Amino acid sequence: MTTRSLRSLSGALKPLFNGHLSRVYGVSACNQRHKSTYAPPPARYGGRHTVTLIPGDGIGPELANHVRELFRFCCVPVDFEVVNVDSSMASEDDINNAIMAIRRNGVALKGNIETNHNLPPSYKSRNNLLRTTLDLYANVMHCQSLPGVRTRHRNIDIMIIRENTEGEYSSLEHENVPGVVECLKIITKTKSLRIADYAFRTARAKGRRRVTAVHKANIMKLGDGLFLECCKEVACGYPEISFDSMIVDNTSMQLVSRPQQFDVMVMPNLYGNIVSNVCAGLVGGPGLVPGANYGEDYAVFETGTRNTGKSIANRNSANPTAMLLASCLLLDHLRLHAYASMIRRAILSTVTETRLHTADLGGQGSTSDVVQSIMNAIQSTGPQTLSI
Amino acid sequence: MQNYKYFPLKLRTVDNVKMLMLQPPPAKYGGRHTVTLIPGDGIGPELLNHVREVFRFSCVPVDFEVVHVNSALETEVDINNAITAIRRNGVALKGNIETKHTMAPSVKSRNNLLRTSLDLFANVMHCQSLPGVQTRHKNIDIMIIRENTEGEYSSLEHESVSGVVESLKIITRNNSLRIAEYAFRLAREKGRRKVTAVHKANIMKLGDGLFLECCREVASGYPDITFESMIVDNTTMQLVSKPQQFDVMVMPNLYGNIVSNVCAGLVGGPGLVPGANYGRDYAVFETATRNTGKSIANRNIANPTAMLLASCMMLDHLELYDHASSIRNAVLTTMNETRLHTADIGGQGTTLEVVQSIMRFIQSKGQLTSDL
Repeated sequence: MTTRSLRSLSGALKPLFNGHLSRVYGVSACNQRHKSTYAPPPARYGGRHTVTLIPGDGIGPELANHVRELFRFCCVPVDFEVVNVDSSMASEDDINNAIMAIRRNGVALKGNIETNHNLPPSYKSRNNLLRTTLDLYANVMHCQSLPGVRTRHRNIDIMIIRENTEGEYSSLEHENVPGVVECLKIITKTKSLRIADYAFRTARAKGRRRVTAVHKANIMKLGDGLFLECCKEVACGYPEISFDSMIVDNTSMQLVSRPQQFDVMVMPNLYGNIVSNVCAGLVGGPGLVPGANYGEDYAVFETGTRNTGKSIANRNSANPTAMLLASCLLLDHLRLHAYASMIRRAILSTVTETRLHTADLGGQGSTSDVVQSIMNAIQSTGPQTLSI
Repeated sequence: MQNYKYFPLKLRTVDNVKMLMLQPPPAKYGGRHTVTLIPGDGIGPELLNHVREVFRFSCVPVDFEVVHVNSALETEVDINNAITAIRRNGVALKGNIETKHTMAPSVKSRNNLLRTSLDLFANVMHCQSLPGVQTRHKNIDIMIIRENTEGEYSSLEHESVSGVVESLKIITRNNSLRIAEYAFRLAREKGRRKVTAVHKANIMKLGDGLFLECCREVASGYPDITFESMIVDNTTMQLVSKPQQFDVMVMPNLYGNIVSNVCAGLVGGPGLVPGANYGRDYAVFETATRNTGKSIANRNIANPTAMLLASCMMLDHLELYDHASSIRNAVLTTMNETRLHTADIGGQGTTLEVVQSIMRFIQSKGQLTSDL
């Protein structure tokens, strides 16, 4: 849910926001809406939503196709506006088009866009550019042990909230003296307060008991010290939720020995990257966990660990679970809850069948088998579907 | 920043095996070495007492010069004394010195100060699955070489605008070449086949890009060793699913911290893995994950294995190989006995029991020992 979705829209304002008019008044109306419910971007043309789709590279395009197939099959009232971003081009036109499309539609589903190391350093990461331009400040990843997947750890249920726009990913680097590179890690009070607030609100909304802040304030005293201080400040306003902090190295060690102790975790960008990958590994791998990036006005959904998967592209062996669960998060965001739960149930029932596990889970199933099985499961539960 | 010139590190030949790195400081006074001992905080003092006990018992020709560092003081006198002592003796064994968050930011981390002043540029941690310890992953044998002096730990931070903090992460060509060279030489010496560089060059293109480039440059000089690179997030994910694929890993400071803690967790916890910090002229040994262990201090439940194995590494460094192997064998044999496992590996044994069992084992091997 975006920030706005947590506030309530009073009935009186609804008539103002019909169809295309809302887009014209979008910016100025925003301030009015602060005290009211967030309405997801209004459905247009007879109740159908338009969502930007960015296929990306590697396994992105094939998985995006499967999502579209599934949505068409289930008669989900969502139309996808496909925007291709070519990662090999040095100009930023492609990504700017994509950003404009997302501003227009408000919601997007994306695959990971590759960042080629061989291109010059002035070429910024496209994914990063997208996140910072749209100010998608919260990356939320919910790692849960799935019943059908055998892992070394059981009963994991961790929600990771990661600051998505600043920290080590500021892309501010320079080489004053040849051979000496300085990278700037930026931590600001406003953004730290914002992400901490988001974390606690989400914890409260989901009925979670504990929030852990992950930091390295013994070494980066000013930077992570500021982050920690902001978290403590926000924690005071949520007395029913217990707050503690843990240094990132101890956190990673605890995660591999006893991950069940963690509930909600909030952290700056780089630690979030590493911790979320560790958790994804603990629950079964990158093919299973969806991720969401929320901002004030926009939401972009993708796989949790943002892998391009170049080595398994177009081989029908990628695990579609993460992308499909991300699309369910998308449907939840658009308030199409019935469709979301139906697809999610089908996915989870398919994941319990070991013979359908793809290679990353240790099985031999193919992507199309998995998707087919999901569609079968949906059809058997009775809602209106197209023929298979 | 000091102008560091890259000197090739010395090699010595002992029994036709090329030994890496430093000449140990010469033994003094009839063959006895003097080693600086910094007890630190938390479980440090009690574990180092046990080390001294075991050394005294096994008649190891090492004398400890104890230097206390008070972490509550704001002045740097204590840590400077410790550094001088290490410069004098060349070798040290230390417990972790606590860094209180509540003190002013100008009070730098004492451990970090020690490492940078003595230029202990390589932190080496060898994670191996121990037979007697039950873990979820088996057959792990990873050597982690972490740059120890620069990177994110430069302690250079400032708040130019109120509410906006900038932390500087420094990567230099010299230090990156140095650590890469160290990693490859160590890999060759230990007969390892593969070195993996861990980085985040897709985001930090200049910084980690430079590190990666230096690693590649050095790799070209070692055609017998395979070199590959992996982004840190993928690395951590692979570590928790398939850690057996890694052999030697080299990385900058912060990733090294996190990856080494993950590996320590995989092989059984912070109580089992020793770590070593090597510089051109000095070597300091400690537990790999540098925990203070305040909550278990003075309760006789800490696991002495990591500290004792670190002391064995120190003995190897001083070329007292016989003593090193005898103590190491004793420690590993004791590790096989489940009833002696301490709380961190799921048992109920006390530190004292473990140490006594080690001493009994050393005595049973027939070497010269004091009375128990």
